[in-house]
Amino acid sequence: MNVMVSIWAVVSKDIRSELRTRYALNALLMFVVTSVATILFALREDEVSTDVLSGMFWVVIFFSAMSGLSRIFVSEEERGTAMTLQLVASPSEVYFGKLIFNCGLTLVLSSAVTVLYLVVFPAFIIKSAVVFLMTILLGSLGFASSATIIAAIIAKANTKGTLYPVLSFPILIPLLMTVMKSTTRALDGDSVTAALSDFQILVSYVMIMIAGSSLLFDYVWKD
Amino acid sequence: MESGCHPLNPITITAQGLSKNFNRRAIFKDVSFTLSSPASLSITGKNGAGKSTLSKIIAGLISSTRGSLTYSIDGNQTGIEEFKHHIGFVSPYLNLYDEFTALENLQILSRIRTASRQQNERIKELLTLVGLWDRRDDFVGTFSSGMKQRLKYAFALLHNPEVLILDEPTSNLDADGIEVIKKIILEQKKRNILVIATNDKEEATWCTQQTPIGAKQHPGI
Repeated sequence: MNVMVSIWAVVSKDIRSELRTRYALNALLMFVVTSVATILFALREDEVSTDVLSGMFWVVIFFSAMSGLSRIFVSEEERGTAMTLQLVASPSEVYFGKLIFNCGLTLVLSSAVTVLYLVVFPAFIIKSAVVFLMTILLGSLGFASSATIIAAIIAKANTKGTLYPVLSFPILIPLLMTVMKSTTRALDGDSVTAALSDFQILVSYVMIMIAGSSLLFDYVWKD
Repeated sequence: MESGCHPLNPITITAQGLSKNFNRRAIFKDVSFTLSSPASLSITGKNGAGKSTLSKIIAGLISSTRGSLTYSIDGNQTGIEEFKHHIGFVSPYLNLYDEFTALENLQILSRIRTASRQQNERIKELLTLVGLWDRRDDFVGTFSSGMKQRLKYAFALLHNPEVLILDEPTSNLDADGIEVIKKIILEQKKRNILVIATNDKEEATWCTQQTPIGAKQHPGI
């Protein structure tokens, strides 16, 4: 019970800190707006397939997430507060607190991109809402689970900025391929049954990433 | 000031053959000591001798390259994650959150550490002790380096630690601040364990044991 309270205290600290500093939120939202605007200008009146639309949808989320999610650990290292956090919380409390915060942030990001796409791309019509919501939920969890551990690793490195997308891309390839396919299904109006295999892959991905990360985090966090 | 909350539980820290390398360079090696409460130890040495590194190792923040460090309470050996709740640490490398006020910092960190909301009286007592109660609602980002150092003491003492580790204990403090810290140190070493990392000769005399570390003692790899 105490562990859960401590985890929630870490999440609560990060939310309050983010609302005051806007370290990650500003970076994420600016990236979303500029990249969606660029795609809009490039496509103009062109008719694009659901494959292309879903691909671009996740490209925006991928690069936006890369620009914002690493802040969760980098800001602690840069400001010298990582040591303070080490003193008051166990590694697992820190990891799960940061993971929950990143999940929330990715869900906000995915929702913002969805709203923008619905407004600016007439061809972006969600025909299967359940499939789309499941994809967004599991995709965000997948992004957050891998982004959190990679952020913890790169926070200890000297070349933080460039290392993050380089390390993330190979780890996120299976996730990106699956969520793009599943989003296409949602836009094409496929049933939940048809998308079930995609969801199984996503759930497995999230479970493997969280289990592996929670085991690895102790070593990453301490030295 | 209150003394430790478990003064009757004897605490022992035993270090055997501690060494630390950064890449291939040896910072220090074969450092051994035993501290049983009440005890005080000063770690002395020149700049770069590894005083701060050793104090971080004792606090469980980084690991040693070689050697072992064991902690026991009442004769029962304890893991570092459990033992961290008994450690207070002040260091120039440790910072509090600039975007929160002094009061918020202590409340938030106390809540993460103890999962308890019942710390307000203790926070008031400590902020008064370090002379920051009147500035409790100011953002830490607006504090001077001396005020930040005072707040670090309030943070370190918040959970009544039985082990207090101080790295450069009086850095950035004015005369009044140093007097407050001397009182804290005196109280701590009466019943509990105090470790000071310093290159100041006077500060080193505040402790009963001394461990000099550095190149002269440990000539290379």
